Amino acid sequence: MNFSRISIEEILKLEREKRVSPKEVWNFFARRREELEPGVNAFITKVKYLNEGNGIPVGVKDNIIIKGFPTTCGSKILENYIAPYSATAWKRLKEAGFSLSGKTNLDEFAMGSSTEYSAFGPTRNPWDIERVPGGSSGGSAAAVASGMVKFALGSDTGGSVRQPASFCGVVGFKPTYGRISRYGLVAFASSLDQIGIIANSVRDVGYVFSIISGDDPRDSTTSSLPVPSYGEIFKHIEKPFTFIYPEGEFLKGASKEVKEKFSSFVKLLISMGGKGKPVDLSFMTHAIEAYYIVANAEASSNLARYDGVRYGLKAEANKLKDMYFRTRTKGFGEEVKRRILLGTFVLSSGYYDDYYGKGISYREFLRDKMNEIFKEGEFLTLPTTPDVAFKIGERQNPISMYLEDRFTIFANLSGLPAISIPFSLSKKGLPIGFQILSKWYNEDRLLSFSEMLEKKIDFENKLIKEA
Amino acid sequence: MLEPTIGLEIHIQLQTRSKMFCSCKNSYGDPPNTNICPVCLGHPGTLPVLNWEAVKLATKLALALNCKVNMESYFARKNYFYPDLPKGYQITQYKNPLAEDGFIELRNGKKIRIERLHIEEDSGKSIHTEDGTLIDFNRCGVPLAEIVTKPDISSPEEALFFLQFLRKIAVYTGVSDADMEKGNMRCDANLSLKQEGSKKMGTKTEVKNLNSFKFLSKALKYEIQRQKKILEQGGKIHLETRGFDSKKGVTFLMRSKEEAHDYRYFPEPDLPPLKLADSFIQEIKNSMPELHWQKEERFMREFGLDRKTAEVLCAEKEIGNFFEETVKFYGKPKELANWTKTEVLELWNQGLKIRPESLGTLLKIVDDGKLSRLKAKEVLEEMASSGKSPEIIMEERELSQISDEKKLRVTVEEIIKENPDKVEKYRKGKKGLMGFFIGEAMKRTEGRANPKLLNKILGEALKNGE
Repeated sequence: MNFSRISIEEILKLEREKRVSPKEVWNFFARRREELEPGVNAFITKVKYLNEGNGIPVGVKDNIIIKGFPTTCGSKILENYIAPYSATAWKRLKEAGFSLSGKTNLDEFAMGSSTEYSAFGPTRNPWDIERVPGGSSGGSAAAVASGMVKFALGSDTGGSVRQPASFCGVVGFKPTYGRISRYGLVAFASSLDQIGIIANSVRDVGYVFSIISGDDPRDSTTSSLPVPSYGEIFKHIEKPFTFIYPEGEFLKGASKEVKEKFSSFVKLLISMGGKGKPVDLSFMTHAIEAYYIVANAEASSNLARYDGVRYGLKAEANKLKDMYFRTRTKGFGEEVKRRILLGTFVLSSGYYDDYYGKGISYREFLRDKMNEIFKEGEFLTLPTTPDVAFKIGERQNPISMYLEDRFTIFANLSGLPAISIPFSLSKKGLPIGFQILSKWYNEDRLLSFSEMLEKKIDFENKLIKEA
Repeated sequence: MLEPTIGLEIHIQLQTRSKMFCSCKNSYGDPPNTNICPVCLGHPGTLPVLNWEAVKLATKLALALNCKVNMESYFARKNYFYPDLPKGYQITQYKNPLAEDGFIELRNGKKIRIERLHIEEDSGKSIHTEDGTLIDFNRCGVPLAEIVTKPDISSPEEALFFLQFLRKIAVYTGVSDADMEKGNMRCDANLSLKQEGSKKMGTKTEVKNLNSFKFLSKALKYEIQRQKKILEQGGKIHLETRGFDSKKGVTFLMRSKEEAHDYRYFPEPDLPPLKLADSFIQEIKNSMPELHWQKEERFMREFGLDRKTAEVLCAEKEIGNFFEETVKFYGKPKELANWTKTEVLELWNQGLKIRPESLGTLLKIVDDGKLSRLKAKEVLEEMASSGKSPEIIMEERELSQISDEKKLRVTVEEIIKENPDKVEKYRKGKKGLMGFFIGEAMKRTEGRANPKLLNKILGEALKNGE
């Protein structure tokens, strides 16, 4: 049986009816992993079957802490770090019976959009191993797309779950900021970081969401709002539903192909009974600047703890300052260093109001603006990425890499829930995904709406027909 | 004339059960690195969770210092690298502190204003040894209140008064032991000199780590003289941070303005704004105990004590309470105050304690003439060390006064017989010899003779032969 093609719910039903054993489920995915992992490099740490739980294998991004396993964050500085505790999200999955397949590859400390900035080699896109899977949760997306795991956890600070999901033709979901506990997620930019879910279907995403989200006393930024159970999430979306989409300049950063596909996406929605309203999203154009100020500032502070004193890499030196310099020079990669420097600069005495302060004001402005925009429609549709997956090594200029996030960071800055679902294939045969956003904590309707679209789009069957 | 302008920054550890952002024990003196966890060690992925007990205590302190408590305040990160700071930043409050605009009043009515009171976490403790530096993280994450005064202090004496006042407030409110020796309370000072009467402030230096009352006065006095000398010689004071060498009694340059840290403060994204409810403030107000200065005034009023005595009694909360308890058993507050501020306080300083009813009983025995003051002190000491009641001690030691007239008469007659020449002289008018006879009688009774009775008998016996 192809366990990749049926839902988590169905697998668990088969197990309950003793028609399949957890071990059979595990073995199905393990065989795929054995076969494909050497070419894809989705994992940093692989785990053997521990003969417990439901056998449904999960990939966990290697910046999410699991007790007793290495957590590297894709960095040399944490190469030998074994965590003494587990992240809340993983704890909840484990308690629900899921089995760890391994820790997946990522851009160092989740800083990047291609998984090329991993200290453990790049992950390759299963659709074309010459191409990147996106990032920073590239390992998680590639593992799901290649059928090595049933689903995976990632982290999304500026699109790091949705962008690789789009590049790899799978579903990637970032809930509202505060929905999933960040306890045990290694911080990159605390006010933007959110654990996200990557799976083959919206339904599976909903299943995992209902398990891992909700209030956590260990994370003061989690919301105490109740989380709908799996059974409650998926609702009928009445027609006409209302949605909004960008018009004008906003899409100019997207490739011609993406723009064309996006307009057919909008047409599809209308044909399904949607009342679409074009809106001017030009106020979002400063999101990139605001994002890179806030994210790097917080990162410069969050990464200060990797100093060689208590854990992780420690360089030998006679003086304290030299030990700091050498440890951090040796332990961090180029991109991480660049961001620490930028973040340190924007927080420097006298610059706060010019940079970080403005970033905060812009975020407040965005939230207000979004409150208004959502009066025009319940769902906001956007492209996920400006183009399809690019080739490994193709992006050398850091700014061009930053611009990869232009359509995704907005959800992080405003804290809105956002999902990317696969829509179509490009002429080169590469997946293109589109985003749907909705109001804060409106995840159940967002997922219901996405599932309705997913069924209509029928991405998987389209692929099979085309193949 | 140059006169000093002084402002103080004081850190007080809050006496919570657990640390400020994790559930580790907040306990002084435990073996190194036993009260630690992934959160206070700054492990990747960990997050702070605010301990409301710390907010409560800090708010109590703020209210006792007449501060305005902000119903919404924020946490911030203060970024710097140091091995005893695991996260590479300290969680503190910056732009919006917990409380602002307080004051305390000096005896002469002068107010020393408090600019702000905020809460923050303590760092670990670096222990420098010959083989290198060791770090104890037990202290890391212990909640602190930082109190910053306005530059309203104009002498080392006032500074000392302020610090002692603050310590008493902290102890009376139960917020902290505020023991400077244990580092529960730590003090830094900003000091500058200006021309007397002038409004233009001079350049200040910051003197760090004045960690005892003695060091505070010494360091400030030294720093005033140092700055004076420079200014009088036409020199300039530089904005700088100085340390205090307690052995040499001098301040020394730690870092100049150029070397000053840039702490890159920004709002702590891991903690939501700290919002207080009116009921929270009200509850704390309702639970506010009597403060030391209130107690002093009450003691003066209720017991007719002078200010000095009331101050001594109320300097330590426990002593003040002890006094008040004992008054219930012994109704002469002035006499009791004399005993308390001398004998009892001395024993208390040695860690010895007395039960109020025991002291009451003892003083009554003295009043009844059954025990001399001198012997009473001995009994008191034993009461403190053994916990026995005064009656039992007196019995064991055979200390009760001899009030048996017959017994005393025998002794007196012996003395008269053995000292005929002195008796003669006395009878001829050298009345000063009475002292000799009393002394002799006391010697023979080991000081146990009832003085009144002895006087009477001696008088009669010496008169007899006249």
